[in-house]
Amino acid sequence: MSQNDILLEVEDLRTVFDTSEGAVRAVDGVDVTVRRGECLGVVGESGSGKSVTFSSVMGLVRAPGRIAGGRIRFDGRDLIGLGPRDMRAIRGRDISMTMQDALTALNPALTVGEQLAEMLNAHDEDLPARGGARRRAIREKSVEMLRLVGIPSPDSRLGQYPHEFSGGMRQRIMIAIALAPGPKLLIADEPTTALDVTIQAQVLELISDIRARLGMSVVLITHDLGVVAEHCDRVMVMYAGQVVEEGATVDVIANPRHPYTRGLLASIPRLSMRGQPIRPIEGQVPNLVGLPPQCRFYSRCPERMDSCLQTVAMRPAGPGRRARCIAIAEEAVA
Amino acid sequence: MSLGKLTERLLHLVPVLLGVSVIVFLMMALTPGDPVDIMIGDQSVTPEEEQAMREDLGLDLPVHRQFLVFLGNAVQGDFGTSFYHRRPVFDVIVERLPATIELSLVALVIALMTAIPLGVLAAIRRNSILDKMATVGSLLGVSLPGFWFGILLLMLFAVHLQLLPVSGRIGFDSEIEPITHFLLIDTLLRGRPDAFWDALKHILLPAITLGLPMTAILMRVTRTSMLEVMRQDYIVFAEAKGLRRGRILFRHALKNALIPTVSVAAIETGSLLGGNMIVETVFGWPGLGRLVVESVFLRNYPLVQAAVLFYAVTYVLLNFIADLLYTTLNPRVKL
Repeated sequence: MSQNDILLEVEDLRTVFDTSEGAVRAVDGVDVTVRRGECLGVVGESGSGKSVTFSSVMGLVRAPGRIAGGRIRFDGRDLIGLGPRDMRAIRGRDISMTMQDALTALNPALTVGEQLAEMLNAHDEDLPARGGARRRAIREKSVEMLRLVGIPSPDSRLGQYPHEFSGGMRQRIMIAIALAPGPKLLIADEPTTALDVTIQAQVLELISDIRARLGMSVVLITHDLGVVAEHCDRVMVMYAGQVVEEGATVDVIANPRHPYTRGLLASIPRLSMRGQPIRPIEGQVPNLVGLPPQCRFYSRCPERMDSCLQTVAMRPAGPGRRARCIAIAEEAVA
Repeated sequence: MSLGKLTERLLHLVPVLLGVSVIVFLMMALTPGDPVDIMIGDQSVTPEEEQAMREDLGLDLPVHRQFLVFLGNAVQGDFGTSFYHRRPVFDVIVERLPATIELSLVALVIALMTAIPLGVLAAIRRNSILDKMATVGSLLGVSLPGFWFGILLLMLFAVHLQLLPVSGRIGFDSEIEPITHFLLIDTLLRGRPDAFWDALKHILLPAITLGLPMTAILMRVTRTSMLEVMRQDYIVFAEAKGLRRGRILFRHALKNALIPTVSVAAIETGSLLGGNMIVETVFGWPGLGRLVVESVFLRNYPLVQAAVLFYAVTYVLLNFIADLLYTTLNPRVKL
């Protein structure tokens, strides 16, 4: 893999939230690599740090949160330490984001057309400089974007407000806004959680389709391994602020190396397992304040050993794969 | 909102107003003291003359008949004769109204122009010195009694510094032939910038006094709703779009945050009416408020009745306008 092939490279990212009980280490030493044109799935429970990791990449972590360390390189540029003006130019234009619920992410008091137009106005450099020509170009591009995401009669719907659209349509509009300036990376945060199952499939198809057409990279944040299996080239599993396993989606699903990934897979209902009970993972994600230096999955792990009570680093677990489990090293030694 | 819905909403106001008129009528009918006795005062009249006055005023009728007569006349704008002015109540009130409306509007403008920027600033600089000062200031603004604050202002600016006049609407030298009866407009229409300046100096202190509690309330409302809005997902999404901070604050946040502010402002404008009575009395402002206070002392019943009814109608209408504004600003609400 050449250096030029890598679009986003995050190293040892640490994002903490300062609270009265102490610093919550929401993201604790996370490495992420996103290649050009690929779809990376990021899987984990609520509170695993998957959303905070990518909010950090976009520079959207708000007080009391702060980035405490690490390096974020995007397209050859260091993003940490970039001034607000430069960061603003990257947000939207180079890295775009969609949020879980389009109903709350779209401004209820502004028309869809305005919310689309302001994105183009802020970032699209191909538009005429000013005046009526610019306005017309923005309108044309807006119509084109709505058509791209499959909104019927887009021209007449630009003047409508978000609440006048159905849930699936709103999601499409949010995607249209995010994609309007032609970003290199789309971060889709739980794009389907707020939708009906049938609409979910349509929206994911849409994202995959546009990715192929525009050649951009996609980070798909989800808690649904099924979605990842269908749409992502590679997958990264997060637990309690750390990456616990990563690799090509097919490999990880066929042969999960971390007990947590195995637990996640076992808790998905499948037709082939009809009649058998679904096995949820017992217990809860640990409190992220003052964690002891041990495997974070220890308290819930069915395969725990005494040697897990030490700091566990990511280790190679096959070609292009890594996992954070002490058992892997011991296998290798044995 | 469609015209049909609008009419429907307006029709809802009828029972409210009917209720108010019953209360206004009873208020006077049940007040001790006989109006005819008061009107006669020290003059000597024969019992026949007294009876004639009673019949003339409709006071010989049973109470429910009196009410119907009162209501019938009121609907036609006939509120009887002011005992004191010996002229129709309606004319007396209409004459005083522009002064009060002008004062209230200036107070409203001052309140909105200070409260909204301060509220926004306090919200985006949350917990800063400025925010804390604004909080203390608004607490004072709500708690300070208008008559006291007004007198303080008078002492400072009119008596000590002698920058502003003590009372009235305009100086003798600046009096002009009225057109709209709003002096700030008329002076300009007549091409008298000096008189405009004089009128402005006169209205400043009473308007500030009148608008102070409203400023305080609106600032709190703006701050709170701005903080609420800034937490919303659509603000995060707007940031993720890489928009300028100014656009996020004023286009995305303020447009939503102002919805409650504007509704509260419309309702609070009603409470300016009450404040008017005190402020106009303190500053010798020749408006409706002072007229009502004087009339209460003079037991000028018909005028007080008419004024209270007028206040009630205005208040109800302002609430109606608040609803309308809420709908207009908030595309999600359909009435």
